[in-house]
Amino acid sequence: MARVGLRHLTVTIAGASALVGLTYLLDPFRNYQLATAAAYLCATAGLTLLIGLNGQVSLGHGALMATGAYTVALLPSGMLLLSVAAAVLVATLAGAVVGVAAARLRGPYLAGVTLAVTMVVPAVTTMADAVFHGDQGLSVAAPPAPLWVAPERWQAWQAIAAAAVTLFVLANLLRSRFGREWRAVRDDEVAAQLAGIPVARTQVLAFVVSAACAGLGGAMFAVLAQSVSPSTFSLTLSLYLLLAVVVGGLGSLAGAAWGALLLVLLPDAIHSVTDGLPLGPDLAQRLTGNLPLAVFGLTLVLVVLAVPGGLQGLLVRAVRRLR
Amino acid sequence: MERPPSPEPSGPRAGLVLRSVTVRFGGLLALDEVSLHVAPGAVVGVIGPNGAGKTTVFNVICGFVRPAAGWLGLDGAPLTARPHQLAGLGIARTLQGVGLFEGLTVLENVMAGATVSARTPFAAAALALPGSEREERRLRAEALARLDELGVAAHADRMPGTLPYPVRKRVALARALAANPRLLLLDEPAGGLGPEDVAELADLIRGLTCSVMLVEHHMDLVMAVCDELVVLDFGRVIATGTPDAVRDDPVVAEAYLGAEVTA
Ligand SMILES: Nc1ncnc2c1ncn2[C@@H]1O[C@H](COP(=O)(O)OP(=O)(O)OP(=O)(O)O)[C@@H](O)[C@H]1O
Ligand SMILES: [Mg+2]
Repeated sequence: MARVGLRHLTVTIAGASALVGLTYLLDPFRNYQLATAAAYLCATAGLTLLIGLNGQVSLGHGALMATGAYTVALLPSGMLLLSVAAAVLVATLAGAVVGVAAARLRGPYLAGVTLAVTMVVPAVTTMADAVFHGDQGLSVAAPPAPLWVAPERWQAWQAIAAAAVTLFVLANLLRSRFGREWRAVRDDEVAAQLAGIPVARTQVLAFVVSAACAGLGGAMFAVLAQSVSPSTFSLTLSLYLLLAVVVGGLGSLAGAAWGALLLVLLPDAIHSVTDGLPLGPDLAQRLTGNLPLAVFGLTLVLVVLAVPGGLQGLLVRAVRRLR
Repeated sequence: MERPPSPEPSGPRAGLVLRSVTVRFGGLLALDEVSLHVAPGAVVGVIGPNGAGKTTVFNVICGFVRPAAGWLGLDGAPLTARPHQLAGLGIARTLQGVGLFEGLTVLENVMAGATVSARTPFAAAALALPGSEREERRLRAEALARLDELGVAAHADRMPGTLPYPVRKRVALARALAANPRLLLLDEPAGGLGPEDVAELADLIRGLTCSVMLVEHHMDLVMAVCDELVVLDFGRVIATGTPDAVRDDPVVAEAYLGAEVTA
């Protein structure tokens, strides 16, 4: 491994170790949240690459997460590492299929097709009821945690490991010719072709890499929740992922991390606010269901208008001002 | 050098050949039986009024536009490459205007221009194996050398949008040269440049060892660097020859030079 790779490896290991240390300070619920954020991070990191660096929009990443999650649920639970690898493979294949279609489409047409992909999940799980058990979904029997570590902490470690692998690989790719080619295609397809970059192939590759990350995130979702059902992978999830990467800061892996953290913390924060208000149980229920999406949507509009660089952009500017 | 028998009608010819190439956009006849030849090492100028079809000639060579009729060849073999395969055949092109990647630094723009020589496989890049980084270092060094040749290496880490127009034009030229082309297609490289920059551009073009096709309105530049001119008007070749011969051609004066004098 070479200098840049070594630096990425060092940073990844340092970050992951710090988070593993953090799991000793958090209670089980917070550890579960940390694990969920790490699982989200796999998917948001992949999505920010696709949208921010390759200029392709996807409203279907929730569905690609589902392919990973269902793969883990359907495979025997004995060797988790193998089923997670299979989940990534299945999502990669699904991503290749969607990616080939996506490479032919631009703008609203691309959004439309990826949106349709999201609708496929409930349709397939209902149609192939015998395999997927419809709305009810499947349970996942992940191997139990070793005796010397609390289950939530163990789950957090697993998710942290998945996120660390994702970030390491993506950081390497972004620094390589592939990252450069993805961005060149995003900026100017004609100039990219003249530079010898095959535009469609480059777009499919970005989609496939992004889908593999989503598949890994989905697989971790299945392991964490110990179950999968179509409702987890609804259009709302796809929208959340999109909002997370924009609010976090498009095209930045750190931004993807902020976004993942927001996805976990924001619903929680809103929950505690609505809990404090004197609302009827009925209204409170409706609010907690929809308020996060509404707040997120509003934040998205504000971010796009006021801080195009997202949270990460704000942070970078703040740090620069302090110096 | 031995060359295999060629399908070209009148025997193989080194360099780029267009034979009776016709391009239609709906009802518009953009190129009408255009024939021309760019010999190895030659600098061929393509001139003509706005909308004459100059850029379309480049687009049909590059495979962005399909000819309705006619034959294109490179060194005797039919030229039917898709646009992204051109760099591999040794053809590079600058775009009318600037056409840089606005989200890439100047250095990255030029490195992207050398994609044809990038070999790192996906897995090696994903794991940042030594080979991947070695190649990146090589591409970076070569790109810096290109920028240095064009006198803009100081801007390597800047974003193109923050630079003055003449600097951006040079970066675009550096990006095209990064592919080490045998044939360079330049679409109005002097557009928007001042006299000093044009003079430097002339020196640079004369110093190139590859063949050049030069689309340009700037007549001083064209006259100074071209071995041969092709004059287009309404998609037809109305004159070809040395710059001096073309300048004295009354047909050209009427169609093109006359128009410029009144403009
Ligand atoms: N893709 C296209 N579709 C339809 N018409 C086109 C297309 N490209 C060019 N044209 C038309 O073909 C004609 C020739 O255009 P072209 O761009 O080749 O002219 P040009 O000689 O490069 O002009 P200029 O000096 O202004 O750059 C013009 O009438 C133009 O409008
Ligand atoms: Mg033109």
